[in-house]
Amino acid sequence: MHQGIPLHYFLIVSTLMFFIGIFGFLTRRNLITILMSIELILNSVNINFVVFNRYLFPHKLQGHFFSMIVIAIAAAEAAVAIAIIINIYRNFRSIEVGKVDEMKH
Amino acid sequence: MNLSDLMIMRHELLLTLLAVSILIMDLGAGPKHRYLVLPVSLILFFVNLIIGFLPVREGTLFGGMYHTSGLIILMKNILNIGFFIVMLQSFTWLKKEENKLKMSEFYVLLLATLIGMNFMISSGDFLMFYLGLELATIPMAALAAYVHHQTRSAEAGIKLILISALSSGILLFGLSMIYGTTGSIFFNEVKAAYSSEPLQVLGFIFFFAGMGFKISLVPFHLWTADVYEGAPVGVTSYLSVISKGAAVFIFILVLYTVFTSIDFLWKDLTYIIAVLTMTIGNLFALRQKNLKRLLAFSSIAQAGFILLGIIAGSKLGMASVIYFILVYIFSNLGAFGVVAAIHDHTGKESMDDYNGLYHTNPRLSLLMMLSLFSLAGIPPVAGFFGKFFLFTSAASGGYYWLVFIAVLNATISLYYYLLVVKAMFINKNDHPIEPFSSDITTRLGLLICTAGIVALGFYNTVYELINKLSIGIN
Repeated sequence: MHQGIPLHYFLIVSTLMFFIGIFGFLTRRNLITILMSIELILNSVNINFVVFNRYLFPHKLQGHFFSMIVIAIAAAEAAVAIAIIINIYRNFRSIEVGKVDEMKH
Repeated sequence: MNLSDLMIMRHELLLTLLAVSILIMDLGAGPKHRYLVLPVSLILFFVNLIIGFLPVREGTLFGGMYHTSGLIILMKNILNIGFFIVMLQSFTWLKKEENKLKMSEFYVLLLATLIGMNFMISSGDFLMFYLGLELATIPMAALAAYVHHQTRSAEAGIKLILISALSSGILLFGLSMIYGTTGSIFFNEVKAAYSSEPLQVLGFIFFFAGMGFKISLVPFHLWTADVYEGAPVGVTSYLSVISKGAAVFIFILVLYTVFTSIDFLWKDLTYIIAVLTMTIGNLFALRQKNLKRLLAFSSIAQAGFILLGIIAGSKLGMASVIYFILVYIFSNLGAFGVVAAIHDHTGKESMDDYNGLYHTNPRLSLLMMLSLFSLAGIPPVAGFFGKFFLFTSAASGGYYWLVFIAVLNATISLYYYLLVVKAMFINKNDHPIEPFSSDITTRLGLLICTAGIVALGFYNTVYELINKLSIGIN
């Protein structure tokens, strides 16, 4: 039905993005970069939903709506997270993960 | 659809109304009358709690995105009861000078999370489920970071929001695979189209991992102790009881109604994770000196016990899980209520500070002992019956080894619960915590907990009601 890029190319891209996000979440040391890794994960989910919707189930729009709501919620999440990061900066004078470790037993 | 159909979602509508009216009251009341907002919102929530028990029509809304039944209403009422106790317990802390400028925001944010949980439990498709889940977790991070001048609170907030964002990302990746293979996000259509194709299994495992973060099951539990220690006591008790309870409710509903065709898979997964969760939660709890951390690890271990009911996959299993959570609400909130009362008056929360508490504050010590006994599962208090039903349901499913490991773990948990009791009753202390008398709200909260712990053990109508409404895999 669709000319052009086959479905599984998109899935490879989205899976790569997902695991790059996980890798970044685990290895990065800056809170803002960790937040960016999470955005990468959520965007890979969006690609999945939209591509599945367009290629496999084009008569209904569930995937498109799901990805729109994921985008909206990611924005809300980022807003709260950045507010807390600003608070962290005021308290610790740093947003490095290594500095924010008062509770470690 | 007409307007009266909307009354199916009366629980959520009332809570939304309550949250908005608290915000408006807070704006409208001048600086002189702001202190009135807290008691008024307490009374309003109590009215809402009573209205919640009135009969609600069953049905579906929004093309199947939202549905409700007697079982779901029962779950919402259980959460409401716990919420009321948390409101009572955080009252004294909220009235302090340090919270003068942000008293009522606390209740508004808490109510927002409760609305999210109610929508999550009532969801009929994965979109509503995800929306409810996020509404329940995002304000939670703001609450954990509520004491903005305290470094620990900020640290707890950032840990909670990052971990919950990661876990919902993993969960969503699983959901996208489920959508791609079944072509729908509605629970009943997913159920009909589900088989054990590899991609569907992978999607389910991602879903399981995402929920594991929310319930703090063992490979995904690392955030729990830090967040519980850093957050204010009221938020900690809310996280450990209501938040976890709601996540367990939707988890068991989804497992029993959607993923029925791969029950062999999730039973195996649950088996391994239950063993890990109970054992590791208990072993880490043994070496904790801070009471909030101790209760955090004990709540991880309790989540492992809850999995014993889930794994049974029967009507008995669901009934025992719901009953256990009801009991767990009273016993854990009782323990946290004592910790909160002592923290409010002295700022102490280490186990050594509790030495000799019985000689100065006998009633608090007795209640603490009762709650800890209930958590450990000692008869005749309600916790014993909660654990007993869980073990029975797992045994009736044929999981004898799992029950054996669970009984061993219940014994280990008794050790660290008794350490606290020993500190309060036997250990000597030259400078024990001074005798103090709590506010009426704290006392009322503790009284409700005591009544719940004692009464639920002897009054079996509650269990029969839960058992009547529960469902198993069919």
